[in-house]
Order: sequence, then structure tokens, then C-alpha cells
Amino acid sequence: MAETAIPYVVKPHPVTGIPNGKFGIWLFLASEVMLFGALFSSYVLIRTGAPHWPPSGGLSSDILNVPLGTFNTAVLITSSITMVLAWASCKMGNLSRFKMWMGATVLLALVFLVVKYFEYSDKFHHDHFPSHDNFFAIYFVLTGLHGLHIIGGVIVNTYLLGPGSKLWASDPEHFTNRVENAGLYWHFVDLVWIFLFPSLYLL
Amino acid sequence: MSVEHPTASTGNGHGHAHADHGHHELPFWRKYIFSVDHKVIGIQYGITALVFLFFGFSLMMIMRWQLAYPGQPMPVLGKILGETAMPGGVMAPEFYNQLGAMHGTIMVFLGVVPLAVGAFGNFVTPLQIGAPDMAFPRLNMASYWVFLPGCLLMISSFFMEGGAAQSGWTSYPPLSDIAPSGQTVWCFAMVLIITSSLLGSINFIVTIVQLRAKGLTFWRLPFFVHAQLVTAFLLLLAFPPLEAATVLQIMDRVAHTSFFLPSGLVVSGEQLKVAGGGSPLLWQHLFWFLAHPEVYVLILPAMGIVAEVIANNTRKPLWGYRLLVYSVIFLGFMSFLVWAHHMFMTGMGTTMSTFFQTTTMIISIPSVVILTCFIMSLYGGNIRFNAPMLFATAFLPMFAIGGLTGLPLGLTASDIYLHDTFYVIGHFHYVVAPGTLFALFAGVYYWYPKATGRRMNETLGKVHFWLSFVAINFVFMPMFFQGMAGLSRRLYDPTVYAHGRGVQTLNVVISLGAWLLGLAQLPFIVNFFMSLKNGAKVAENPWNATTLEWAAPSPPGHGNFITEPVVYREPYEYSVPGKSNDYSPQFRAEG
Repeated sequence: MAETAIPYVVKPHPVTGIPNGKFGIWLFLASEVMLFGALFSSYVLIRTGAPHWPPSGGLSSDILNVPLGTFNTAVLITSSITMVLAWASCKMGNLSRFKMWMGATVLLALVFLVVKYFEYSDKFHHDHFPSHDNFFAIYFVLTGLHGLHIIGGVIVNTYLLGPGSKLWASDPEHFTNRVENAGLYWHFVDLVWIFLFPSLYLL
Repeated sequence: MSVEHPTASTGNGHGHAHADHGHHELPFWRKYIFSVDHKVIGIQYGITALVFLFFGFSLMMIMRWQLAYPGQPMPVLGKILGETAMPGGVMAPEFYNQLGAMHGTIMVFLGVVPLAVGAFGNFVTPLQIGAPDMAFPRLNMASYWVFLPGCLLMISSFFMEGGAAQSGWTSYPPLSDIAPSGQTVWCFAMVLIITSSLLGSINFIVTIVQLRAKGLTFWRLPFFVHAQLVTAFLLLLAFPPLEAATVLQIMDRVAHTSFFLPSGLVVSGEQLKVAGGGSPLLWQHLFWFLAHPEVYVLILPAMGIVAEVIANNTRKPLWGYRLLVYSVIFLGFMSFLVWAHHMFMTGMGTTMSTFFQTTTMIISIPSVVILTCFIMSLYGGNIRFNAPMLFATAFLPMFAIGGLTGLPLGLTASDIYLHDTFYVIGHFHYVVAPGTLFALFAGVYYWYPKATGRRMNETLGKVHFWLSFVAINFVFMPMFFQGMAGLSRRLYDPTVYAHGRGVQTLNVVISLGAWLLGLAQLPFIVNFFMSLKNGAKVAENPWNATTLEWAAPSPPGHGNFITEPVVYREPYEYSVPGKSNDYSPQFRAEG
């Protein structure tokens, strides 16, 4: 394949101080902020327009499983830490430590998804589908979209753990940059959850 | 594009070693179909967009029959389109609504934006900044291959049960929530198209910021690149809210949620069995939060093209280059603060209306500044009126009419009367059709030699221009009068009300104008294909222009430039006193 030599793929640009990929990921995150921002605004608008919230009465914390949500919050925060450790291992030139920490990150993400699966099936079991009322509609859309982002992160991280890590042998700096970019995305996905958890489960 | 140049990689101005790449012959499907070359992707976008522009325009030409001769059977097409769409050859109201909604959607999302941003942005921007390609070539390819399935999905909705989307291009709920299944397809297609432009916008911003050639500072960038940069930011930040809104509408339609459905909604005499508690206004806010910046996505690249063509053909520097750049940035910023001027009639409250009326008046200032700069650029110039310049010159008064007629719509008092009349249609079409589209045609004629190595035929170009220019004014000018007479914009039969019958003659004039406009595109189509073979061959710089794309061979090979370009001066140094040439290219040290 005749790849054209594009500058600043690996090395940082002298003025912006970052390589292309990192710049790209930050822009992508900016658009993600607008995406989730629009959904949060919709939530606020619908909630403030409702006479009671949740519309069926009671408290959000009675309908949703707060202990499981708290557990999942802890899981995601831990996975952010292991993600940083994976990147730090790359920086220190230790691929096997990277694999350990990245493996832990993927594993924690899967734990999150399994817990989410049990939460969802419990809701479905009680006939609480998105169509039930707007509380559930918002709960399923926001957590569902967040869940898709988690799945996306799992795919990227698994790739970096498996076939993607071949790049380490030829260009460790490029590989480290990729891990850093995946990490930025991962922290963003965690951050979204940090907003979702209190505003859906607790408030 | 058969000429291939070995990638120029001798220069090492970026502080790291370029790998030496030899000459590879790629297989056909990698070179023209799944290509990562920004020029091929640009041309792919361009051809796709031109096809959809003509398709979207054809839908309107069919609609114009019903508007000119309401209730009369349509010749030829009345039989071909079948009994559901045209019972007895007369257009069914549902089909009329489909044509209207799809015309708007196709023209904006499948036609003008892909041509202005996808095609010109992709093809010209890397060349103008002296880059070998976009920053992320594979992402670039992905964005086209997400876009095309989105387009095809959108068109396929015509074959759904109940037909295509028919709730207007704005898809306002609750109507769109209860519309036939074509609307669901519309939503999914929009998600694909939005995702594509998101990927594209990231690529544009990174490319423009990171990959500029040595010496190409921000104040040396051609105005076109500034316009593309601002446009990319608008796409990046304005499209996600529409994506969110579309996801919510999909949920409403597929999972039966009530995001946009209020409590107690009655449809066909029966209360709708949904949970309720949603807000139709929420959709309008999310939609217009995208769609107003979208207006500037449509117009800013067009302004960029006009700037290039005017500077080149007046043989003068652009008047007020820095003013233009500041204006375009301010315009981009303000475009996020005016969306609710589309919603004065929704009862959102006078405080909100006053705020958005004020911001709307403010945003007109940079637009006027830009237009004034362009007009001042003409002053005292020795103008070459070739085909691109004719289109670029016509852009100025056409955009001015479109812009100025927008002011009464931005003022709450006069908008109460004019809202949703044909006046609105006339207003925004003057901005987008003889405005943006004329600029885009100017761009096609101007950069065609760069893309193909041959010029387009000048005579056919002039025929295309004059016929289009006359016809398009017959189409849109009468709409102002119809609108001021109170004619509503989405009426299937304009003669049902007495006030509509008074301006019905104008509908015949408009329809004849529209069909003439359709015919006027034939010289362009012929010219476009004929010049591929028969056009006069050109060297690198056929227009004696100053910007970087004219340093590359025509057509540029893979990697664009033979030697790495270095920039020595500002973009529009035409007719510099004391120089032997009337142009001093950015890329030449002596000039």
C-alpha cells in the first residue's frame, strides 16, 4: 500500500504540542460532550415539565438499584486507574505489564456490562420497558447509549491488547500514543457515568 | 488521474524522517473505490452530491406540476409513478408531502453539504495548505463509506410501506412520531449521515491545524481554508444534538417512548396509547440547534469559494482579508446563539423571542461585512468574466437578496405574519440556491482543471450561467409576493383559500421557471463529461493564481506535490506594484 508520508502521526507538532491522533481524539470528545449534553438537556427539560418525577410516583432510588449502581461506579473508576497504569507501563517500556493492566481494564468493563445486564433484565422482568414512562425512557436511552460506548471501548482496548500490540515491536512510541488516545476516550466514558449515576439513580 | 508521481519525500522540514516511498500501482478498487487519497474521496463526494442535487431538484420539478395545475393529471410521469403515488395521474397529497420532505432533506444533507464540505473541502483544503493528504486518510475513506449507505438508505425509504418521510425536512413531532415507517428509515439514514460528517469534521480541523506547509501561518491561509475550518467546527459541535434528537425520535417510533409526545394526544379521534409527558418543542430546540449552524455550514464554504474566484479574476488582493477572517469566526460563534428564531410562533415566551431576535440582528452584521468586502474587492479591478467569475459575481446580489429578506423573519413582529409562508421559502432559497449553489458551480468550473488536467468548455459554461441565472430568479422572486399575500408554504393545493387564488398565476410562472432551470443544467452535464475528454489541456496554474493548490501538477498525483511546498507570502498578492507578473504565488520565493 502506497502510504503517503503524513507528518506528526507520531511526533508532536511543534506549535500545538500534540500529534494528530491526540488532537483528533480531543475533537471527538468535544462532539461527544455535545451529544451527551443534548441528551442531558432533554432529560432536564422533560423532568422539569413533569408534575412528578418519576411519573409513576416514589423515588428514583426506589426504582433503580442503588447498590448495584454504586458497585458499577467503583468498577469504572477502578478501570480508569488500570487504564492509566497500562499507559504508564508502555511509557516505561514494559509490554507485559501493559498487557496485565489493559487486561484488567477490559475485564472490569465486562464486569460493568454484566451488572448492567442484570439490572436491565430485572427491569424487563417487572415489565418496565422504555415505553412504560419517560423515567424509564430516559434511563434506557442514556444508560444504553453509555453502554454502547463501553462496548466500543472494550473493542478498542481488546484490539490494543491483541493484534494491535504488534505495533509495539516496530514503533513503540506510536503504540503508546494509541494507548493514550484509547485512555482519553475511556476516561470520558467513565466521566459520563459519573454524571449519569447520581442524576438517574440518586436525584 | 492516470498520471502518478512518486511521492515527494525528499524535504524533511517537519523534524522527522519520512519513509521513502516508491511508485506503487494500486489495484482499481483501491485507487478509485476504497481510496484513501483525499482527491479521489473529494471527487467521489462531488459526483455523489451532484447526482443527489439533480435528483432532489427533480422531486421539486414534479411537485411544481401540482402547484401550478392543482388537481390536474400529470402527463407521462402521472402514469409511470403508479396508482399509489398518482391515482388517475393526479398527485396524491401523501405523495406531495413525501416529495416536499425528501426534497429538503436531499438538497441539504445529500447535496449541498457533501458538495461544499465533502467535495471541495476534501479536494482543495489539503492542496491549499500544502499537505500530502488529510491527517487521517483511512478515516476520510470511512466517512465517505458511511455517507453513501446513509444516502442510499434515505432514497430507499420511498419503497417503504406508506412511502418516504412526509413530515417536512424538519420532521416535527408529534406528526413525525406517528408518520408511516419511511420516517424511521429517515432517522436511521440521518444517523449515518451525521456520523459521516462528524468523522469528516475531525479530519478537517486536525489537517488544517497540524499539516500546514512550512511558512503557512494562519494569516497566510487562503480565505477558503478559514471558511472550511469554521465550518468544520460547526459540524463538529452542532451535529451531535441532532444525532441525539434522531435517536430519541427512533425510540419514540420503535420502542414507543414519549420523548416528543405530550399527554393526552388525540390522533384520528382516538387518544394515542402512549405514556405521554413528552415535549414536541424539545425536538424543535434540538433540531434547530443543529439546523441553524447548518445554514452557515451551507454558506461559509460558498463564501470561501467566492473569495478565491474573485481574488483570482479581479487580479487584486481581497479587500479586507483580516476583516473577512474575523467575520467568519464571529459568524460561526454567533450561529450557535440564534436557533430559536425559527420558533417565534411556538409560544416559547416573549423574553426568549426578544433574546433570539437580538442575536439574529447581531449575526447579520458579519454577513454584511463579508459581502461588503467582496463588493469592495471588485472595485477598480480589471475583471476577467469567465464562467467561474460569472457565477461568483452573481452570488453577491443573490446572497444579498437572500440575506436582507431574512431580516423581517428575524424580527418577531413581522415574522408573525410571514412565518411558514412562501416568503420563507423564497428567502432561504435565495441564500442556498442562487447563493451557495452558484458559488459551488463557480468552484466546479474553477477547480475542474486542477482535478482533471483539462478546462471545461467556456461557451457551454456561459450558456449554463445565463440560463440558470434568469430561470432561478423567475423561480424564487415571485415567492416573496406569494408569501406577502399570505400563501402557506406546505399547501398541497394552493387554491383552496381565496388569498391563494389571487397569486396562483405566479405559481405557473414559478413552475415554468423551475422546469427551464432543469433544462439549463443540461449544458453543464454535457460540459462536465465532454471536457473530461475534449477539454483543453492545462499546466499547473491555468488561472495564474497565487494559492498553493496551483503549485501541484494538474491533476496532482498521490502525495500531491513534487517538491515539498514552502510558503513565502500572503495568499492574494495580485498586481503587486513593481513586479513583472500580475501575480506573485505564495509558493515562489522570488514572485
